[in-house]
Amino acid sequence: MATTPTLDESALREARAFLCLECGKCTSSCVVARYNRSYSPRRLISQALAGGRLPSAEELGICLTCMACDARCPSGVHFVELIRELRRATYGREFAGNCSHGGAMQSLMKLMTADELTQDRLAWIPDDLKIAAEGKVALFVGCAPYFDSFFTELEVNTLEGVKGAIKILNAAGVEPVVLADERCCGHDLLWGGDAEHFEKLARKNVEMFREKGVEKVLFQCPECYYTFKADYEAAVGPLPFEVQHISEFVAEHAPELAFEGGEEAETVTFQDPCRLARFGGVVEAPRQSLAAAGVELAEMGRSGTRAVCCAGNGWLNCDRFSKEIQVERLREARATGATTLVTSCPKCEIHFRCAMNDPNLGDEIKMEIRDLAATLAARLADDKSEKETEKKDK
Amino acid sequence: MTPPEKENAPAKKGKKAGSKAPRKGGKAPTSSSAKKRPAAAKKAPAKAKPRKAAAKKPAAKKAPAKKAAAKKPASPKPVPKDFVPRVVVFACNWCSYAGADTAGISRLQYSPHFRIIRVMCSGRVHPAFVLRAFELGADGVLVSGCHFGDCHYIFGNERAVEQFEKTKALLKILGLEEGRIRLEWISAAEGPKFARVINEFVEQIRALGPSTLVPRDRLLPEEAEEFADASALAK
Repeated sequence: MATTPTLDESALREARAFLCLECGKCTSSCVVARYNRSYSPRRLISQALAGGRLPSAEELGICLTCMACDARCPSGVHFVELIRELRRATYGREFAGNCSHGGAMQSLMKLMTADELTQDRLAWIPDDLKIAAEGKVALFVGCAPYFDSFFTELEVNTLEGVKGAIKILNAAGVEPVVLADERCCGHDLLWGGDAEHFEKLARKNVEMFREKGVEKVLFQCPECYYTFKADYEAAVGPLPFEVQHISEFVAEHAPELAFEGGEEAETVTFQDPCRLARFGGVVEAPRQSLAAAGVELAEMGRSGTRAVCCAGNGWLNCDRFSKEIQVERLREARATGATTLVTSCPKCEIHFRCAMNDPNLGDEIKMEIRDLAATLAARLADDKSEKETEKKDK
Repeated sequence: MTPPEKENAPAKKGKKAGSKAPRKGGKAPTSSSAKKRPAAAKKAPAKAKPRKAAAKKPAAKKAPAKKAAAKKPASPKPVPKDFVPRVVVFACNWCSYAGADTAGISRLQYSPHFRIIRVMCSGRVHPAFVLRAFELGADGVLVSGCHFGDCHYIFGNERAVEQFEKTKALLKILGLEEGRIRLEWISAAEGPKFARVINEFVEQIRALGPSTLVPRDRLLPEEAEEFADASALAK
């Protein structure tokens, strides 16, 4: 499909595309390009610069926005930013996104922009976890309640991570505020080009936290974390609270948290979510917190900012290449000798579980997948320590 | 989308005029305008559109008259006067869609406030379909397939149950009233049942009022026109 050469150069300039050296590191680090030979970030950039041909709607949809290319680029070209900007600029006309799961997730997000929404989204909180109606610290749950109801056949348990996060906070003497009518953070709409609905969601979330007088919001989901951290400000102005990922919180409060419970230490490997490691720059905190909890970590070859994406960002464009990327990554995880793959992103969990269902590969790529917060929470000493730390009342 | 509707427009008007008299007389929640024709069913998807349109127009015009007379007391919260329920029906090709035809052939009078969408099997109705319907402004969604054991694809309707349960769980979290979705089994012979289910469901939605999930201003231009017509009639 022909693209819109009329789009001015601002997107290219903003993405620093003119600094491109055409060295090709982007394409060689692009996990999609490895399987999809017709896709090349370098070619897209040079075509845009030389011929004024911007990426087509299809090409825009292929990018996982995992930022592996940006992380490698010696000139600091923000290819991912360019993709996002072009998606936004052509959204609804050329780019509509090839939404996975029939667009159910996108529909849910858009429905959540409604003003009169009375969600029933706290039913999963067990009695032994304490949350507060008001306070200084809040926990943003994200879409986990929806995921667990939607991906039933994959037997995902993304709420386990949120429960783990609350347990950790309780153990540190914090009863987090959990909003009863929290909206989706809008990450997937933003990256899918739908800036209008994203802004609505952002406004509502920030407003609700503002009303509660929250000073700090914690996140278990890295996508929500990064979206609040980086994109909310552009949409709704400076945030009236600070944001922190749960792994950062654990690393910070490790001495207070009595990590001694659980069974004997196991060896795990860690999948760095792209929104946490490459975008958010949170690489060390998860490792520090795992170490503090006495969990042994066997690193994959490509870890930290070089980690491979779970190949399904933004509920867009799930295709056979995604599957190959997932299988490759699971093989890599298995090769570490670890029995459990720990990640902190619900999407990584969902996508890897889905890939593991492949009957042709059978047990070859099967392994336990657990959320980071849930893994840490399982290592917490039970009740006793909670009572002690309660006094401190942070 | 437009051409078939336009072609059908004159026919629709004729039908409407004809159906007006009985409607005013009997206060029942019925209209003859959603008549199904046996020939139409065989000519597949394109035909679904004019049928939808046929159901749409009178829908808007009919509501106010009925409203004033009957409804009110049943609804727990105030339902706007000019509320016209917008119900989306996903009907399977082999049983329920044909059941709708049977209702039409039998000249049954029943509520026109629904748009029927033919799917090959009720098992195809993914939660995304239902969510999308709500996103685009539906007040209620009915999924209808073959009775167990009758499914053209043997077990498609069992899939439908699974998908429906999923949808139900999602909508529950979203806080939507459970009464806004319904799963039914209607065979090709059960025209009267189709009419009854539609009547029941439309009344149920009428009592629940408009969906709070979608602002009323998010209407397609032609729908906005209809609504304008409806409120004009109300005055």
